[in-house]
Amino acid sequence: MMDRVYLDYASTTPVDPQVMQAMAPYFSGNFGNPSAIHGFGREARNEVEEARRTVADAIGSLPEEIIFTSGGTESDNTALKGVAMAHRKKGGHIITTAIEHHAVIESCCTLKKMGFEVTFLPVDGFGMVDPGAVKKAITPRTVLISVMHANNEVGTIQPVAEIGAVAREAGIPFHTDAVQTVGHIPVDVNDLNVDLLSCSAHKLYGPKGTGFLFIRKGTRLAPFVEGGRQEEGRRAGTENVPGIVGLAAALKLAAEDLAAESGREAGLRSRLVSGIIDEIPGSTLNGHPVKRLPGNANISMESAEGESLLLGLDSEGVCVSTGSACSAGSGRPSHVLEAMGIPLLLAQCSLRFSLGRWTTAAEIDAVLEILPRVVKRLRAISPLKVASLQEVA
Amino acid sequence: MPVYNETVLDHFAHPRNVGEIPGADGVGEEGNPVCGDYMTFYISVKDGRLDRVRYKTFGCAAAIAVSSMTSVLAEGKTLDEAMQITRESVAEALGGLPKAKLTCSNLGADALHKAVLDYRRKAGLPN
Repeated sequence: MMDRVYLDYASTTPVDPQVMQAMAPYFSGNFGNPSAIHGFGREARNEVEEARRTVADAIGSLPEEIIFTSGGTESDNTALKGVAMAHRKKGGHIITTAIEHHAVIESCCTLKKMGFEVTFLPVDGFGMVDPGAVKKAITPRTVLISVMHANNEVGTIQPVAEIGAVAREAGIPFHTDAVQTVGHIPVDVNDLNVDLLSCSAHKLYGPKGTGFLFIRKGTRLAPFVEGGRQEEGRRAGTENVPGIVGLAAALKLAAEDLAAESGREAGLRSRLVSGIIDEIPGSTLNGHPVKRLPGNANISMESAEGESLLLGLDSEGVCVSTGSACSAGSGRPSHVLEAMGIPLLLAQCSLRFSLGRWTTAAEIDAVLEILPRVVKRLRAISPLKVASLQEVA
Repeated sequence: MPVYNETVLDHFAHPRNVGEIPGADGVGEEGNPVCGDYMTFYISVKDGRLDRVRYKTFGCAAAIAVSSMTSVLAEGKTLDEAMQITRESVAEALGGLPKAKLTCSNLGADALHKAVLDYRRKAGLPN
């Protein structure tokens, strides 16, 4: 894959060959349905429960506190809607933030339509949520607090442990979307003081279509996906056995050298960020300078529009993303950059580079050679002036 | 993220007629501040025809491709013919645009019309 440079790991990762190997026996050899009580079923059940123990060990929970899902989106939907529905009698207020993933935001919007009240907390210029603001937002009717562990666009790592302490003191269930962090930075449900935590396998070199939701013992939750009695009645549907095995293998693999790998990625990220800031006038880093995901760099480059940058880079074999293009015809740039107070026209000129396990220094250097050229070309055809260039002149 | 056809990507990667015309006979600006597309069209007129059409554009790939195609369609046309170039005819010449881009980034014809009207006003011609 190295004839092209892939810097979109936050979007999805390739499945690690070792993970694929672990999954391979469970497609047609050991294909049993874990709910069946015959030999094929029992073998599959054993693997699922073994995987559950591995997942629990990885995040410091009990195995029975893990349910397997189809991924981060389902985990978020289950946590938000499941807790809200279970507590409907107590009240109907949910606290979340303006920068959550759409899986959380849209779930909250649906709950709002159903009569729940939702507070979307603001963030500061670095994309950081204030635990004090969470505390102030709590009312006697609050039934759930949901704050993501790290933001998927700008990489800012939230003070989840502090917010969790606030929630615990008030006796309110606390959910975190940890889709961007599990397998990348340390995640322990007790250190983080969370009651629910969402994870997706394909963000950590596991397969797509698999994830889990941690539900702390004693947390009331109405099932979101209904049907059979799988997962103790908390999530119906035949278990995705190869996916679950792959998820566990991916977690194990990530834990082996988590600190070393995140340090390596952070080093390459710094090289990329300083290279861009030095080479391209009018470029700025979005998000927190220190409290951010090791592989994330989100950068605005004045007067060079994000989607055009992305496609310009793509034509030279560099794959990145932008959360800011007016993609859905909504005509709005990234809700995250908007919440951070970044001016519309600058937010529109943003790219997200996300590094991963196979990113090399040579690839970073290639991007640093290609990107200035692409920016220059777009600026040359733009009627907008680059303010910082004029300052230099 | 929309998926563009080859023609759109070609006009994005190699925009035709890009640039400015110093002392242009007509200038037209169009923009969509919500979507964040901005374009300026410049025309020079000779014997009642658009002798040269140039532009500068900030925006997504669709906005750049639309500007490029608009200039291709307009060059050599009479003023009246240029006024008949529409968003639809530009999109059609590009082999279609993603639905989301049909309105928000399809401003080339509007900017061109403004440049023609600017010329007519300066020359004391009726609109």
